[in-house]
Amino acid sequence: MTQLLLFNVTNGLIIGAFYVLMALGLSLILNLSNVINFAHGGFLVIGGYIAYTITPYIGFWGALLLAPLLTAIIGLVVERVLIRPLYGRDPLYSLLLTFGLAFMIEDGTRFIWGPQGKPVTIPPFLAQPLSNDLFFITGYRLFMVAVVMIAVVLLFLLLRYTRLGVRIRAGTLDLETVAALGINVQMLRSLNFAVGIFLAGLSGVLAAGQLGLEPTMGTGLLMPSFIAIIVGGIGSLPGTLAGGLLIGVASGLTAVFYPAASEAVIYVLMAVVLLLRPRGLFGEEGMMS
Amino acid sequence: MSSEQTRKLIALAAIWAALLFAPYWMAPLGGYTALATRVIVLGLAAMSVNFLLGFTGVLSFGHAAYFGLGAYGAGLTLKFLALSTPLALLAGMLLGGLCGAILGTLIVRRRGVYFAMVTIAFGQVFYYIAFQWSSLTGGDDGLRGFSRQPIDFGLFKLDILSNANNFYYFVLFCFALVVGAMGFILRSPFGRTMIAIRENERRSRFLGIPVERHIWIAFTLSCFFMGFAGALYALVNNFADPRGLHYSQSGDFVMMAVMGGMRSFWGPLLGAAVFVVLQDYLSSITVNWMSFVGLLFVLVVLFFPRGLLGFIQRSKA
Repeated sequence: MTQLLLFNVTNGLIIGAFYVLMALGLSLILNLSNVINFAHGGFLVIGGYIAYTITPYIGFWGALLLAPLLTAIIGLVVERVLIRPLYGRDPLYSLLLTFGLAFMIEDGTRFIWGPQGKPVTIPPFLAQPLSNDLFFITGYRLFMVAVVMIAVVLLFLLLRYTRLGVRIRAGTLDLETVAALGINVQMLRSLNFAVGIFLAGLSGVLAAGQLGLEPTMGTGLLMPSFIAIIVGGIGSLPGTLAGGLLIGVASGLTAVFYPAASEAVIYVLMAVVLLLRPRGLFGEEGMMS
Repeated sequence: MSSEQTRKLIALAAIWAALLFAPYWMAPLGGYTALATRVIVLGLAAMSVNFLLGFTGVLSFGHAAYFGLGAYGAGLTLKFLALSTPLALLAGMLLGGLCGAILGTLIVRRRGVYFAMVTIAFGQVFYYIAFQWSSLTGGDDGLRGFSRQPIDFGLFKLDILSNANNFYYFVLFCFALVVGAMGFILRSPFGRTMIAIRENERRSRFLGIPVERHIWIAFTLSCFFMGFAGALYALVNNFADPRGLHYSQSGDFVMMAVMGGMRSFWGPLLGAAVFVVLQDYLSSITVNWMSFVGLLFVLVVLFFPRGLLGFIQRSKA
């Protein structure tokens, strides 16, 4: 029983780490640009497939770095061409546009790489289990969690100490004043979008190594990321981090006792949070309305 | 002013005439009656979404859930409770509307993108329930094993099962009832208040209008309409599909409303007609129809944000 519990909590944490990576990117874009990026799961898929394509040439380690970068560049182009014209308009439009984009990306990857799942080769020493007792913790899973942790720490350092990060945080609070101070807001939004997409691409590569690749894999991860943001509190990145881990563990634990509800439980969690603390766990008063 | 009114009257007469004679003019154009039935049912759903989006100004991106609940409500009633089409419609409408009323209390305090996000997430709850509870709902395969029943008028029975035209007119009659109710509400003082909230929420609040309560009522009403449309859709297919509750279906409804013109009452019906016919056509000629539907979303947002009717009206002005 203890082992089963441990197994599912670990599982939950690992899945939660994925949600965190996705949700942080979504959250960045949502906070600064007021855009719900429905295509975020699509960018995850693009990241994964790019990794699959370049791994034979530059190996797994190269792909781990290069694939998210390439995805971010694609994201930059998308932002520039499609999303920038919509900033002044009702958020409805960017939502619909990214929604359509998600369709196109899913169908496009199916067209280019085929509908069957694709494996990504990971270095053999990562595929070994740690020990016989802890057979379920392969090196790769620990490695994933480590990469997510490094990415999160780097993101928070970026936001805390670099000029770009400070501007992003200032823009989240009051974009107009930031613009009045002579900062190029368009550029800021583009870079912020690219950072968010980089995180999506990174989760794509990691997911590819664990689960293999399918054109539809992004959609399944999108909704939990939304919930991570709502539970953690809209507008708060630490909240998103906590929210992602929390719903991961909650669904892992539910899988022990009542497997059929392991997906539904995160929605229940959301309803409870909204009922008791509408602004979310770490949300600030007023950010939700 | 009076010429404006006559123009509106003529347009209204034209719309109803087109709907009344649809089975006759569609066939020569390569359509079929069942397609027309689907258009008005999905059009009704898009109009229900627009009741909230276009006239109260809040975006629900999870309305398919209430549509799907209506479908399951009708299907389950026919399968397990009573072999009666009117009862099935009533049950579907009540299921969708009541669930909307309850969740609405949690949802209405949010605005803008956050309102949209919360509605999506709650909508998915029902999708998972329909998907997981296979013993009742049939799970992934959907709910089968029921069919619409003849309408019993006492003196005679109206066969709507095998006669496509009869069924079309039955659906059109239901459509007219609900659309009439919608129009009536929008003309009432309550409807005017909804529009006031859309135009300037803060000002409405200052005028002493209980904004949250109004939005909740509008949300609930649109969920009832949505449930009714969903119940009709279950009768159209004799089948209820879990994908009918999914947020991608909500996206389609919102798209229909936007494409037709969300500032106008009839716009969403036009949007639904274009969307359904286009999807029908695209999926018959290419397996990559999803890309084209996605492209349609992108193009409409970038180039026709006011929708077809908005575009026509503006180019006339």
